[in-house]
Amino acid sequence: MDDEPIELIIDGIQVSAVHDATILEVAKQYGIYIPTLCDLEGLTSFSGCRLCLVEIRGSPKLYPACTTPVTSGMEIITNSEKLKEYRKICLSLLLSERTHVCSVCIANNNCELQDLSNKLGVDHVSFERNWTKHTIDSGHDFLVIDRNRCILCTRCIRVCQEIEGAHTLDLKNRGKDSQITIDFDALWGDSCSCTACRKCAKVCPTGAIYIEDELISKTKDKNVVSFLLKRRMYK
Amino acid sequence: MNEQIIIKPISRIEGHANIIINLNEDDSVIDARFQVTDFRGFEKISEGRPYYEMPRITSRVCGICHVSHLLASSKACDQIIGVRPPTTAIKLRRLIHIGQFIQSHALNLFYLSFPDLLFGMDSNPAERNFFGLIKQHPDIAKYGIKLRKFGQEIIQILAGKRIHSSDWVLPGGVKAPPEKEKISYLLLEADKALEITQRTLMVFKDWLQNLEEEITFFGNFPSYYMGLVTSKGELEHYDGKIRIIDSKGKIVADQLDPNNYTAFLGEATETWSYMKFPYYKQAGYPKGIYRVGPLARLNIICHCGTPLADRELEGFKSFGKNGVVQSTFLYHLARLIELLFCIEKAQILLADPDIYSEYVRAKAAVNYKEGIGVIEAPRGTLIHHYNVDKEGILKSTNMIIASEHNNLAYNRAITQVAKKYVIKKQLTEGMLNRVEAVIRAFDPCLSCATHALGKMALDIRLINFRGKLIDRVIRGEKGCFKCNSEPELLVLNYGDPT
Repeated sequence: MDDEPIELIIDGIQVSAVHDATILEVAKQYGIYIPTLCDLEGLTSFSGCRLCLVEIRGSPKLYPACTTPVTSGMEIITNSEKLKEYRKICLSLLLSERTHVCSVCIANNNCELQDLSNKLGVDHVSFERNWTKHTIDSGHDFLVIDRNRCILCTRCIRVCQEIEGAHTLDLKNRGKDSQITIDFDALWGDSCSCTACRKCAKVCPTGAIYIEDELISKTKDKNVVSFLLKRRMYK
Repeated sequence: MNEQIIIKPISRIEGHANIIINLNEDDSVIDARFQVTDFRGFEKISEGRPYYEMPRITSRVCGICHVSHLLASSKACDQIIGVRPPTTAIKLRRLIHIGQFIQSHALNLFYLSFPDLLFGMDSNPAERNFFGLIKQHPDIAKYGIKLRKFGQEIIQILAGKRIHSSDWVLPGGVKAPPEKEKISYLLLEADKALEITQRTLMVFKDWLQNLEEEITFFGNFPSYYMGLVTSKGELEHYDGKIRIIDSKGKIVADQLDPNNYTAFLGEATETWSYMKFPYYKQAGYPKGIYRVGPLARLNIICHCGTPLADRELEGFKSFGKNGVVQSTFLYHLARLIELLFCIEKAQILLADPDIYSEYVRAKAAVNYKEGIGVIEAPRGTLIHHYNVDKEGILKSTNMIIASEHNNLAYNRAITQVAKKYVIKKQLTEGMLNRVEAVIRAFDPCLSCATHALGKMALDIRLINFRGKLIDRVIRGEKGCFKCNSEPELLVLNYGDPT
């Protein structure tokens, strides 16, 4: 029974999917665009950014596409006016939460947050902006973390734990005060577990983690995860 | 109660400012103040940022002289990491700076100032602008557009973008050398630009013959002059040492190390402006009034160092005594001569095979906790001063922007012009325009120059319907205090800096 494909409808298109597939995976397979920010192929999804929210007919709730498995007969809407508006609000909240100034940011023109804002039409932030003044940790030989530009997507934490296996990075505090922490709240330069593999900088969607003195366009490579997994023949 | 005439806002300058003219009971002008009304706060914004972000952050201070900020900032960063950039990098930095000079000087002359000179101070303001210039003198307007384009193209070809190309100039050097084909194109364009500038100079000198009154009364006063010079005392825009001369042409200080600028430059603040008032320390405040920029640079040097500019310099020096030209109006002529000098220099650099070398950047980590970058921006000496911790995070920043140095001189110049031209009983557009035009001669960039943070000037006055002062609170350097007297008028005794 489980081997039989599941039939469902996404944006009016009849699609079929395997069991345990998520809405996002199926949509990608059929070339249907759902915006994402925290999701990265090869890492565990955790539906943190809320940009991939979709509507399922018959339910008043919105569902994150990256973690919701498909079921038979589902009718999914990925691009309604309501969703467009919600996504814009999500992005505006992300932009207002910390200090995001594209013009002087190292990741200008190489930033997923910026690209998505342009794509979804977020040309201004209507919420009061929370200009954070977190200290920048540049004590490492070449890795720098600027928590003012972090959107808490946790890609760095997941890549460090799941791919590198070092688990140097983690989260501390709660809510808007959450911060990426290194070891037990150590400075990066003093970390005993960091292997300096640079994967965190490669997958960071903004300019929060970067390599000092290297062009960000050279550093960024979010395909590094799927590339490594393929090489290790996990999938 | 004394009356005030307020010109608000001043047009055709970079930034926002007002001019306040204070009148006596008999309607004569007592003094005039140049009040900068916008506030930026870059010195505060940059605290807590890594040093290598500073070129990117500070270049956003200004869309016109962004390259100057980039370079001053990178020079300060060079000191923090303690490296000597490769020769090619220095040549390329000089070249991009020349591009900046050409486009900035062309902007001020052709777009902002020539309409006043060509149409006359009393002409209709609807015509007295760049569009009027296009209509009436299309040749001159085209010269301006072409020259500005040439300057912008140098910047674009080297750095990839005309404005805010902030990742090409880096601490320790530059990102990459230019492509040969594009430089050959610039060399061809340089010849055309040189011809245009020479023609404009000829026309301008003709105009000058009819502008004797302006030359005499537009900010014609003694002051010190400051700028960078080479070791031979020639015109220098990127490196060099500081020279200060007095109004009689005597060199009062020479080959001063720009890193010690605090030893000879003081910064005062006034309650009525966001812009600080730098002064020459040895002469005190406000007697240490000095001027920077094209006029000052040509006053302090013996010769430019390029043949055509040197020939023009002789003519320029003949306008003053002992080779010191006091009239603010002649900033325009000085600017044109500098344009000529920059194009000549550009030709030399563009033809230099050294600029294609691969060695364009010296890399290092933080080695010093302090870095000071000093260059000559189009409007004058620009100083960036950073203090960092051992990780390279900015602890404090001080920037002295070119337009700031002239602050005392602005007030002095507009007072002189207002006293000569403004008569309350016959207040005309032409009179007030003359007061604006003298500011335009300095070419101030006010959006760059306002950052008196921490000592933010505030003067709140409560005035009743009869115009009587009821209450007044001043927040200044000494904190917040009440003051129930009439606002004191500007009583800056400049003295004669001789």
